Amino acid sequence: MHRYLTDYILDITQNAFEANSNHVWLKISEVDRYFRFSIRDDGKGMDQDELTMVLDPYYTDGIKHSKRKVGLGIPFLAQATKETNSRFGITSTVGKGTEVHSSFDLCNVDTPPIGDIPGTLLALMSNPQANWFECEREIKTVKGTSSYTVNKDELIEVLGNLENASNLILLRDFLRNQEDSLKDYYVKRQLIF
Amino acid sequence: MAKMTLDQLRKLRESKQDDIKRRATEGKEGQIIIGMGTCGIAAGAKIVLDEFLDQFEKRGITNISVTQTGCMGLCSVEPTLEVIMPNMPNIIYGNVDKATVDKIVEDHIINKKLVNDHVIDRPASDIVGDK
Repeated sequence: MHRYLTDYILDITQNAFEANSNHVWLKISEVDRYFRFSIRDDGKGMDQDELTMVLDPYYTDGIKHSKRKVGLGIPFLAQATKETNSRFGITSTVGKGTEVHSSFDLCNVDTPPIGDIPGTLLALMSNPQANWFECEREIKTVKGTSSYTVNKDELIEVLGNLENASNLILLRDFLRNQEDSLKDYYVKRQLIF
Repeated sequence: MAKMTLDQLRKLRESKQDDIKRRATEGKEGQIIIGMGTCGIAAGAKIVLDEFLDQFEKRGITNISVTQTGCMGLCSVEPTLEVIMPNMPNIIYGNVDKATVDKIVEDHIINKKLVNDHVIDRPASDIVGDK
Protein backbone atom coordinates (compact mmCIF):
# COMPACT_ATOMS: atom_id res chain seq x y z
CA MET A 1 0.00 0.00 0.00
CA HIS A 2 1.18 3.53 -0.72
CA ARG A 3 1.63 5.74 2.30
CA TYR A 4 -0.87 8.40 1.22
CA LEU A 5 -3.99 8.54 -0.95
CA THR A 6 -2.34 11.27 -3.03
CA ASP A 7 0.41 8.79 -3.97
CA TYR A 8 -2.22 6.75 -5.82
CA ILE A 9 -3.33 9.87 -7.64
CA LEU A 10 0.25 10.63 -8.67
CA ASP A 11 0.83 7.07 -9.77
CA ILE A 12 -2.36 6.53 -11.79
CA THR A 13 -2.33 9.99 -13.38
CA GLN A 14 1.12 9.22 -14.76
CA ASN A 15 -0.37 6.17 -16.50
CA ALA A 16 -2.81 8.57 -18.17
CA PHE A 17 0.06 10.82 -19.31
CA GLU A 18 1.82 7.80 -20.81
CA ALA A 19 -1.25 6.55 -22.70
CA ASN A 20 -0.57 8.69 -25.82
CA SER A 21 -3.17 11.13 -24.57
CA ASN A 22 -3.67 14.74 -25.58
CA HIS A 23 -5.79 15.66 -22.59
CA VAL A 24 -5.89 14.45 -19.01
CA TRP A 25 -8.52 15.51 -16.49
CA LEU A 26 -8.14 14.91 -12.79
CA LYS A 27 -10.93 15.50 -10.35
CA ILE A 28 -10.33 15.28 -6.62
CA SER A 29 -13.37 15.66 -4.47
CA GLU A 30 -13.82 15.28 -0.78
CA VAL A 31 -17.48 14.84 0.02
CA ASP A 32 -18.33 14.26 3.68
CA ARG A 33 -16.51 11.09 4.69
CA TYR A 34 -15.42 10.11 1.18
CA PHE A 35 -12.30 11.05 -0.71
CA ARG A 36 -12.93 10.56 -4.41
CA PHE A 37 -10.78 10.97 -7.43
CA SER A 38 -11.21 10.30 -11.10
CA ILE A 39 -8.53 10.38 -13.77
CA ARG A 40 -9.69 10.56 -17.38
CA ASP A 41 -7.59 10.61 -20.52
CA ASP A 42 -8.24 10.62 -24.26
CA GLY A 43 -5.38 8.25 -25.00
CA LYS A 44 -5.15 4.87 -26.66
CA GLY A 45 -7.53 3.04 -24.32
CA MET A 46 -7.69 -0.68 -23.61
CA ASP A 47 -9.84 -3.56 -24.78
CA GLN A 48 -11.74 -5.91 -22.47
CA ASP A 49 -8.88 -8.43 -22.24
CA GLU A 50 -6.35 -5.79 -21.35
CA LEU A 51 -8.74 -4.30 -18.78
CA THR A 52 -8.78 -7.62 -16.97
CA MET A 53 -5.03 -7.99 -17.21
CA VAL A 54 -4.17 -4.59 -15.72
CA LEU A 55 -5.39 -5.96 -12.39
CA ASP A 56 -2.54 -8.47 -12.47
CA PRO A 57 0.37 -6.91 -10.52
CA TYR A 58 2.85 -8.33 -13.04
CA TYR A 59 1.07 -7.32 -16.22
CA THR A 60 2.90 -4.91 -18.49
CA ASP A 61 2.96 -4.23 -22.23
CA GLY A 62 6.69 -4.99 -22.05
CA ILE A 63 7.70 -1.82 -23.89
CA LYS A 64 8.97 0.30 -21.04
CA HIS A 65 10.87 -2.44 -19.22
CA SER A 66 11.63 -5.05 -21.83
CA LYS A 67 13.56 -7.38 -19.54
CA ARG A 68 11.31 -7.29 -16.52
CA LYS A 69 7.77 -8.07 -15.56
CA VAL A 70 6.54 -5.02 -13.71
CA GLY A 71 2.94 -3.96 -13.63
CA LEU A 72 0.93 -0.78 -13.63
CA GLY A 73 0.03 0.91 -10.40
CA ILE A 74 -3.62 -0.14 -10.76
CA PRO A 75 -3.37 -3.42 -8.80
CA PHE A 76 -1.90 -1.36 -5.97
CA LEU A 77 -4.95 0.90 -5.97
CA ALA A 78 -7.33 -2.04 -6.30
CA GLN A 79 -5.72 -3.73 -3.30
CA ALA A 80 -5.90 -0.58 -1.17
CA THR A 81 -9.60 -0.08 -1.91
CA LYS A 82 -10.33 -3.73 -1.13
CA GLU A 83 -8.58 -3.50 2.22
CA THR A 84 -10.37 -0.33 3.26
CA ASN A 85 -13.91 -1.20 2.19
CA SER A 86 -13.63 1.49 -0.48
CA ARG A 87 -14.43 1.55 -4.20
CA PHE A 88 -12.50 1.47 -7.40
CA GLY A 89 -13.48 1.27 -11.05
CA ILE A 90 -11.95 1.48 -14.48
CA THR A 91 -13.61 1.97 -17.85
CA SER A 92 -11.88 2.17 -21.18
CA THR A 93 -12.53 2.24 -24.90
CA VAL A 94 -9.88 1.52 -27.50
CA GLY A 95 -8.97 4.74 -29.30
CA LYS A 96 -11.11 6.87 -26.99
CA GLY A 97 -9.39 6.77 -23.62
CA THR A 98 -9.58 5.48 -20.09
CA GLU A 99 -11.12 6.59 -16.84
CA VAL A 100 -10.04 5.35 -13.43
CA HIS A 101 -12.12 6.38 -10.47
CA SER A 102 -11.92 5.63 -6.82
CA SER A 103 -13.73 6.49 -3.63
CA PHE A 104 -12.02 6.00 -0.27
CA ASP A 105 -13.85 5.89 3.02
CA LEU A 106 -11.92 8.34 5.20
CA CYS A 107 -13.51 6.93 8.34
CA ASN A 108 -12.13 3.45 7.73
CA VAL A 109 -9.24 2.86 10.11
CA ASP A 110 -7.11 1.28 7.37
CA THR A 111 -7.51 4.11 4.85
CA PRO A 112 -4.18 5.92 4.43
CA PRO A 113 -4.11 9.66 5.18
CA ILE A 114 -4.94 11.97 2.26
CA GLY A 115 -1.39 13.33 2.00
CA ASP A 116 0.02 16.40 0.34
CA ILE A 117 -2.33 17.60 -2.41
CA PRO A 118 -0.32 20.70 -3.51
CA GLY A 119 2.88 18.63 -3.67
CA THR A 120 1.13 16.00 -5.77
CA LEU A 121 -0.26 18.61 -8.15
CA LEU A 122 3.20 20.17 -8.39
CA ALA A 123 4.68 16.84 -9.48
CA LEU A 124 1.86 16.28 -11.98
CA MET A 125 1.84 19.79 -13.42
CA SER A 126 5.61 19.71 -13.93
CA ASN A 127 5.65 16.21 -15.41
CA PRO A 128 7.20 16.60 -18.89
CA GLN A 129 4.98 13.82 -20.26
CA ALA A 130 1.80 15.77 -19.58
CA ASN A 131 0.38 17.71 -22.51
CA TRP A 132 -2.92 19.37 -21.64
CA PHE A 133 -3.72 18.72 -18.00
CA GLU A 134 -6.33 20.13 -15.69
CA CYS A 135 -7.19 19.39 -12.10
CA GLU A 136 -10.34 20.30 -10.27
CA ARG A 137 -10.27 20.01 -6.50
CA GLU A 138 -13.49 20.25 -4.56
CA ILE A 139 -14.52 19.95 -0.94
CA LYS A 140 -18.04 19.50 0.40
CA THR A 141 -18.50 19.13 4.11
CA VAL A 142 -20.93 20.27 6.79
CA LYS A 143 -18.90 23.50 6.91
CA GLY A 144 -19.67 24.30 3.29
CA THR A 145 -18.45 23.87 -0.27
CA SER A 146 -15.45 25.26 -2.09
CA SER A 147 -13.22 24.36 -5.01
CA TYR A 148 -10.36 25.42 -7.24
CA THR A 149 -9.19 24.45 -10.71
CA VAL A 150 -5.63 24.52 -12.01
CA ASN A 151 -4.72 24.16 -15.67
CA LYS A 152 -1.22 23.41 -16.93
CA ASP A 153 -1.46 25.66 -20.02
CA GLU A 154 -2.54 28.63 -17.89
CA LEU A 155 0.30 28.05 -15.44
CA ILE A 156 2.88 27.83 -18.24
CA GLU A 157 1.52 31.03 -19.73
CA VAL A 158 2.04 32.79 -16.38
CA LEU A 159 5.23 31.15 -15.12
CA GLY A 160 7.07 30.06 -18.25
CA ASN A 161 8.53 26.56 -18.20
CA LEU A 162 7.69 24.31 -15.27
CA GLU A 163 11.21 22.91 -14.93
CA ASN A 164 13.25 25.82 -13.67
CA ALA A 165 13.69 25.60 -9.91
CA SER A 166 12.55 29.15 -9.17
CA ASN A 167 9.42 28.73 -11.32
CA LEU A 168 8.65 25.50 -9.47
CA ILE A 169 9.02 27.20 -6.10
CA LEU A 170 6.49 29.84 -7.20
CA LEU A 171 4.18 27.15 -8.52
CA ARG A 172 4.40 25.31 -5.21
CA ASP A 173 3.51 28.50 -3.30
CA PHE A 174 0.56 29.05 -5.65
CA LEU A 175 -0.73 25.48 -5.27
CA ARG A 176 -0.33 25.58 -1.49
CA ASN A 177 -2.27 28.82 -1.44
CA GLN A 178 -5.09 27.28 -3.50
CA GLU A 179 -5.35 24.36 -1.09
CA ASP A 180 -5.14 26.67 1.95
CA SER A 181 -8.23 28.46 0.65
CA LEU A 182 -10.19 25.25 1.37
CA LYS A 183 -8.94 24.87 4.95
CA ASP A 184 -12.03 26.49 6.44
CA TYR A 185 -14.04 23.54 5.15
CA TYR A 186 -11.77 20.77 6.49
CA VAL A 187 -13.40 18.54 9.08
CA LYS A 188 -11.94 16.18 11.64
CA ARG A 189 -13.31 12.70 11.04
CA GLN A 190 -14.04 10.04 13.60
CA LEU A 191 -12.43 6.75 12.65
CA ILE A 192 -14.65 3.69 12.77
CA PHE A 193 -12.95 0.60 14.18
CA MET B 1 -7.76 32.58 3.34
CA ALA B 2 -7.98 34.59 0.12
CA LYS B 3 -7.25 32.54 -2.95
CA MET B 4 -4.37 33.76 -5.11
CA THR B 5 -5.39 34.53 -8.69
CA LEU B 6 -3.32 33.80 -11.78
CA ASP B 7 -2.78 37.55 -12.19
CA GLN B 8 -1.32 37.79 -8.69
CA LEU B 9 0.93 34.84 -9.50
CA ARG B 10 2.07 36.62 -12.66
CA LYS B 11 2.96 39.77 -10.69
CA LEU B 12 4.80 37.71 -8.10
CA ARG B 13 6.80 36.06 -10.84
CA GLU B 14 7.68 39.39 -12.43
CA SER B 15 8.97 40.69 -9.10
CA LYS B 16 11.01 37.51 -8.54
CA GLN B 17 12.34 37.70 -12.07
CA ASP B 18 14.25 40.85 -11.11
CA ASP B 19 15.78 39.03 -8.13
CA ILE B 20 16.86 36.23 -10.40
CA LYS B 21 18.54 38.62 -12.81
CA ARG B 22 20.28 40.46 -9.99
CA ARG B 23 21.83 37.29 -8.68
CA ALA B 24 24.80 36.75 -10.94
CA THR B 25 25.15 33.01 -11.33
CA GLU B 26 27.68 31.12 -13.40
CA GLY B 27 25.13 31.00 -16.18
CA LYS B 28 25.57 27.27 -16.56
CA GLU B 29 22.55 25.18 -15.94
CA GLY B 30 22.30 21.93 -14.09
CA GLN B 31 19.55 19.40 -14.24
CA ILE B 32 18.01 17.00 -11.75
CA ILE B 33 15.82 14.16 -12.96
CA ILE B 34 13.81 12.36 -10.31
CA GLY B 35 12.44 8.84 -10.85
CA MET B 36 8.69 8.98 -10.21
CA GLY B 37 7.46 5.54 -11.13
CA THR B 38 5.26 3.50 -8.79
CA CYS B 39 8.45 2.34 -7.04
CA GLY B 40 9.83 5.86 -6.65
CA ILE B 41 6.56 7.24 -5.32
CA ALA B 42 6.22 4.41 -2.80
CA ALA B 43 9.78 5.06 -1.58
CA GLY B 44 9.28 8.81 -1.14
CA ALA B 45 10.26 10.49 -4.43
CA LYS B 46 7.78 13.30 -3.84
CA ILE B 47 9.46 14.14 -0.53
CA VAL B 48 12.77 14.28 -2.43
CA LEU B 49 11.33 16.71 -5.01
CA ASP B 50 9.98 18.88 -2.20
CA GLU B 51 13.31 18.89 -0.36
CA PHE B 52 15.20 19.97 -3.49
CA LEU B 53 12.87 22.94 -3.87
CA ASP B 54 13.28 23.78 -0.16
CA GLN B 55 17.06 23.67 -0.49
CA PHE B 56 17.09 25.76 -3.67
CA GLU B 57 14.79 28.31 -2.08
CA LYS B 58 16.92 28.47 1.07
CA ARG B 59 20.20 28.78 -0.80
CA GLY B 60 18.92 31.02 -3.60
CA ILE B 61 19.86 28.56 -6.34
CA THR B 62 17.88 29.33 -9.50
CA ASN B 63 19.83 27.97 -12.46
CA ILE B 64 18.84 24.33 -12.00
CA SER B 65 15.97 22.55 -13.65
CA VAL B 66 14.06 19.79 -11.91
CA THR B 67 12.27 17.24 -14.06
CA GLN B 68 10.84 13.78 -13.61
CA THR B 69 11.00 10.48 -15.34
CA GLY B 70 9.32 7.13 -14.75
CA CYS B 71 10.99 4.12 -13.23
CA MET B 72 14.71 4.04 -14.11
CA GLY B 73 14.90 0.27 -13.61
CA LEU B 74 16.51 0.57 -10.20
CA CYS B 75 13.49 -0.16 -8.03
CA SER B 76 15.52 -1.77 -5.25
CA VAL B 77 17.35 1.48 -4.49
CA GLU B 78 14.51 3.99 -4.85
CA PRO B 79 14.15 6.92 -4.57
CA THR B 80 16.61 7.47 -7.41
CA LEU B 81 17.60 10.57 -9.32
CA GLU B 82 20.12 11.69 -11.88
CA VAL B 83 22.21 14.83 -11.51
CA ILE B 84 23.55 16.44 -14.67
CA MET B 85 26.00 19.26 -14.06
CA PRO B 86 28.27 20.96 -16.57
CA ASN B 87 31.84 19.63 -16.53
CA MET B 88 30.88 16.69 -14.33
CA PRO B 89 29.89 13.14 -15.17
CA ASN B 90 26.15 12.37 -15.11
CA ILE B 91 25.50 10.60 -11.82
CA ILE B 92 22.61 8.45 -10.64
CA TYR B 93 22.02 8.51 -6.91
CA GLY B 94 19.93 5.91 -5.08
CA ASN B 95 18.42 5.45 -1.61
CA VAL B 96 17.93 9.19 -1.48
CA ASP B 97 16.20 10.74 1.51
CA LYS B 98 16.00 14.34 2.78
CA ALA B 99 19.47 14.24 4.31
CA THR B 100 20.94 12.89 1.07
CA VAL B 101 19.27 15.70 -0.87
CA ASP B 102 20.98 18.23 1.41
CA LYS B 103 24.30 16.48 0.75
CA ILE B 104 23.75 16.40 -3.03
CA VAL B 105 22.98 20.12 -3.08
CA GLU B 106 25.91 21.00 -0.82
CA ASP B 107 28.56 18.61 -2.20
CA HIS B 108 27.60 17.86 -5.80
CA ILE B 109 25.84 21.01 -6.98
CA ILE B 110 27.73 23.63 -4.99
CA ASN B 111 31.15 22.07 -4.31
CA LYS B 112 31.32 19.79 -7.39
CA LYS B 113 32.11 16.66 -5.38
CA LEU B 114 30.25 13.36 -5.64
CA VAL B 115 28.24 11.90 -2.80
CA ASN B 116 29.98 8.53 -3.09
CA ASP B 117 27.81 6.50 -0.69
CA HIS B 118 24.76 6.92 -2.91
CA VAL B 119 26.20 6.57 -6.42
CA ILE B 120 24.42 3.79 -8.32
CA ASP B 121 25.51 1.99 -11.46
CA ARG B 122 23.08 1.12 -14.24
CA PRO B 123 21.72 -1.25 -15.45
CA ALA B 124 20.74 -2.96 -12.22
CA SER B 125 22.68 -6.07 -11.20
CA ASP B 126 19.73 -8.43 -11.77
CA ILE B 127 19.73 -7.54 -15.46
CA VAL B 128 23.51 -7.57 -15.98
CA GLY B 129 23.98 -10.80 -14.01
CA ASP B 130 27.13 -11.79 -12.12
CA LYS B 131 30.23 -11.48 -14.21
